[in-house]
Amino acid sequence: MYFNNPDIWEITLLSLKVSALATLISLLIGLPIGTGLALGRFPGRNLLLSLINTGMALPPVVVGLVVAMSLWRSGPLGDLHLIYTPAAIVIAQVIIAAPVVTGLTSAALQQLDLRLRLQLYGLGASRAQMIFSLWRQARLPLLAALMAGFGSVISEVGASMMVGGNILHQTRVLTTAIVLETNMGDFQSAIALGILLLLITFLINAALTWIQQSGAKR
Amino acid sequence: MSTLLEIRNLCLTRDRRSVLAIEHLIVESGQVLVVVGPNGAGKSSLLLVLAHLLKPDQGEILFDGLPSDALRDLDYRRRIGLVLQEPLLLDASVFDNVAIGLRFRHLHTDEITYRVETWLGRLGISDLRRRSSKKLSGGEAQRVSLARAFVLEPQLLLLDEPFSSLDAPTRAHLLDDLHNLLAETATTTIMITHDLKEAARLASRIAVLLDGKLHQVGTPQEVFASPADTEVAAFLGKY
Repeated sequence: MYFNNPDIWEITLLSLKVSALATLISLLIGLPIGTGLALGRFPGRNLLLSLINTGMALPPVVVGLVVAMSLWRSGPLGDLHLIYTPAAIVIAQVIIAAPVVTGLTSAALQQLDLRLRLQLYGLGASRAQMIFSLWRQARLPLLAALMAGFGSVISEVGASMMVGGNILHQTRVLTTAIVLETNMGDFQSAIALGILLLLITFLINAALTWIQQSGAKR
Repeated sequence: MSTLLEIRNLCLTRDRRSVLAIEHLIVESGQVLVVVGPNGAGKSSLLLVLAHLLKPDQGEILFDGLPSDALRDLDYRRRIGLVLQEPLLLDASVFDNVAIGLRFRHLHTDEITYRVETWLGRLGISDLRRRSSKKLSGGEAQRVSLARAFVLEPQLLLLDEPFSSLDAPTRAHLLDDLHNLLAETATTTIMITHDLKEAARLASRIAVLLDGKLHQVGTPQEVFASPADTEVAAFLGKY
């Protein structure tokens, strides 16, 4: 495989699409839940926080196993016919990234001064305005949560392999392609794909870091 | 003078301990009521109750003649201004910090700009409008905090020891400016402090709060010249 091979760019694009979508969905799940955990006081909160924190270290192969069993033809969600599709990879990656985004969102908001909430309410903020203001105040660590979430899925291989099947033109992503090339003994291609993956990860994180740090300098 | 705020039989307990037990208190429009008392007397709790940020166990607060409970918390809070001990500014420019309450109220941009510029000027911080809140001194930050409350033109201004974290010269300067602003705007104000000099400088009436109970309410002259009981006398004598 070489960089003028259109298959490489197809695999790269699919990797980006799947991981970006999984990160976006994780953000939509993790931001409100993390906020609720940070601001709320309710029975079972500590247990939930512990589960989320445990979820931040979920082994991707275990996630892949559970999702594969669920989506398998004879599994509870088999009728959806999602196994070995990009959607299956997205589902697995959301399960990996959502706890990361949730846990880091909760930690970011808990670091803010508790009295800031009172002050915002005292200035006439509605609950939604108060929460939005807290997000804005914690935007640097929240962006770090986003980066961590993206990093956890763009680089994972176990779940993508198990639920996607590494099918060319359908579910092959950069990480599963690297595994395949390595297994075939084509280290040159595997290294080239590895460099491409690192480059993409670096560029995306560099862009997010630039946004983060330009916010920090203000 | 009309009554803006009236408290009746207010009780607040925490962990089965009485924090506040105020039978009756009236604040007239345009008045500056300074609540004094030692640490732990319940001053901050009283302010939070008046801001609808803490729910009392019982009692009634009449605001502008109506029970404050009749209004939604949000509607009630949008008629008051709150300044806490720490400025608690957002990580944004001075202008954006002062504008935030007006933006919460969805005012028109031109109106926001006009009012913010006006109050930056009145607090003497117009030249800081673009500066980040992170780069302000303690005195500058508290001026921004005051501008942020005054710009709302609240019916009732609640101040929770706004000068306690400032050094003496900055505090004296800001105290003079606040005195003048309150006189010019005739904003009804309840301020809490444990500093009797601040109270004497700003108050049209002083309320002495000890162990959650009001022991005396009167003009500064009345309170300082004739303490209502030995506990008030002891508190005043400490300072």
